[in-house]
Amino acid sequence: MNRRTRWARLALAVWLPVVVLVVWWFASATSNSPYFPPLTDILDELVDEWVFGDAKWQLLPSLRNLAVGFVGGSLLGVLGGALLWRVPVLRRATNPIVYFLYVLPAPALLPAMIALFGLGEVRQMALIAFGATWPALLNTLDGMRGIDEVKFDTARAMGFGALRTLWQVVLPGASPQIAAGLRASLQVSIILMVVSEMVAAEEGIGYFILEAQTVFAITTMWTGILVLAVVGTALNYAFVGIERRALAWHYGSRRIGGGPA
Amino acid sequence: MTRTLGATAAGGSAAQEPPVLDVKSLRKVFNAGRPDERTAIDDVSFTIAKGEFVCVVGPSGAGKTTLLRCISGLAAPSSGTVRFEGRDLTAVPDEIGVVFQDYGRSLFPWFTNGRNIALPLRARKVARPERDKRVREVLEAVGLGHVEKQYPWQLSGGMQQRVAIARTLSYRPDLLLMDEPFASVDAQTRFDLEDLILRVRKDAGITVVLVTHDIDEAIYLADRIVVLTGSPSRVREILEVPLGPDRDQVTTRSSEEFLALRKHLLSLVMPQ
Repeated sequence: MNRRTRWARLALAVWLPVVVLVVWWFASATSNSPYFPPLTDILDELVDEWVFGDAKWQLLPSLRNLAVGFVGGSLLGVLGGALLWRVPVLRRATNPIVYFLYVLPAPALLPAMIALFGLGEVRQMALIAFGATWPALLNTLDGMRGIDEVKFDTARAMGFGALRTLWQVVLPGASPQIAAGLRASLQVSIILMVVSEMVAAEEGIGYFILEAQTVFAITTMWTGILVLAVVGTALNYAFVGIERRALAWHYGSRRIGGGPA
Repeated sequence: MTRTLGATAAGGSAAQEPPVLDVKSLRKVFNAGRPDERTAIDDVSFTIAKGEFVCVVGPSGAGKTTLLRCISGLAAPSSGTVRFEGRDLTAVPDEIGVVFQDYGRSLFPWFTNGRNIALPLRARKVARPERDKRVREVLEAVGLGHVEKQYPWQLSGGMQQRVAIARTLSYRPDLLLMDEPFASVDAQTRFDLEDLILRVRKDAGITVVLVTHDIDEAIYLADRIVVLTGSPSRVREILEVPLGPDRDQVTTRSSEEFLALRKHLLSLVMPQ
């Protein structure tokens, strides 16, 4: 029973990707278009380039920039959100600028980032960190503001100090929404990772895709896009997996019948 | 009559000791000096002796919860004094335990029941072995078995309120303050929890102040009842409940004295 539902769930998750791949496979099999080479060609090339060839090393700088930018930006966002929650005056004073920076498309800042940080990887990490900050910040702020007042009364009645209240009430209480913010930050980070490598960069998977297109190696370009899709999906699933585990109490209480978070 | 009762339960002589709680001319005004100024409590005074079980009743909206917040140290009165064991209240003292109405809001769903109960012990720097021992003790005292590793939301409402009570008992407070603690459970569970709290009070010799809008519950539980007027609250009357230390849901609630008290209380609480 349990096993069957697990298989059913897996089937539900993979049927569409499978259908897309099959359609792509047959629709492109006899393709003569230079822009849409047969999927078989792309997969052959992918194995040559990414498994046996050196292309896989392009992933290292990309993932390094992503890790530093995402972790740094999220940390900044969570800390900033907590600060704005704790100091209402600061929140009201910074509210317009925070939303302004949040809606500003981060890629538009690339030239400014180049001017600020030069052409190296610091500029890419900074851009990713900038983009990752805002979803984390706004969700942290919202999550902390949404904590039930009774929880704070309870904490005070039990003799909690400020630090204990932060660790055992505020952070866990806001954690479901902080996690949602971090997931949004991760998605923004992946986008910015690729975008930042497409402008004045010399390494990374974004650079690889753009370079292949520039020299008209369309099949190679497609392999980069496929690898990028797989990496992005894997990161997202890894995040969701960790979230499910860390917030087991949250999903458990919701499943049981709308227990308050 | 009831004074002796309370003293017996505490196992000492209440007459010489200072009151556990001394409330004098308590007044609480919200939004003072603004157009939406509202007086929740006008003038409330009473004292609670060691070992007593006192219920505070009043019509809904009579500021009962506000009163409980003021006498626990969660909120500061606008004027008047609240003294606990001779000290002025600035925060919630370590010797006061508060049980809130809604267990779903006062328990922390991110911690297991065992961890929830251990929280006040951790805040008081109680060492691990002693903590584990106390968690088991209080779980037994409230009639719950092995629920330490489960989460609050995996239990029924009545069991969750038992966990909340156990959490408050774990640090052995001198005074237990309860804000409509049985209002969110079904009738049968309510009777069980009432008897549980009477037993706990007897075993631990604890002083209890319980706020409720249910006058039957107040008579069944209390040694004395403080009756409040409607908003803004004043003390309407303080009456003794001479029903003896041992109470039983069936016989106590159907006794002559119970019904007489009930009639009298109803006339006080019902709008004229």
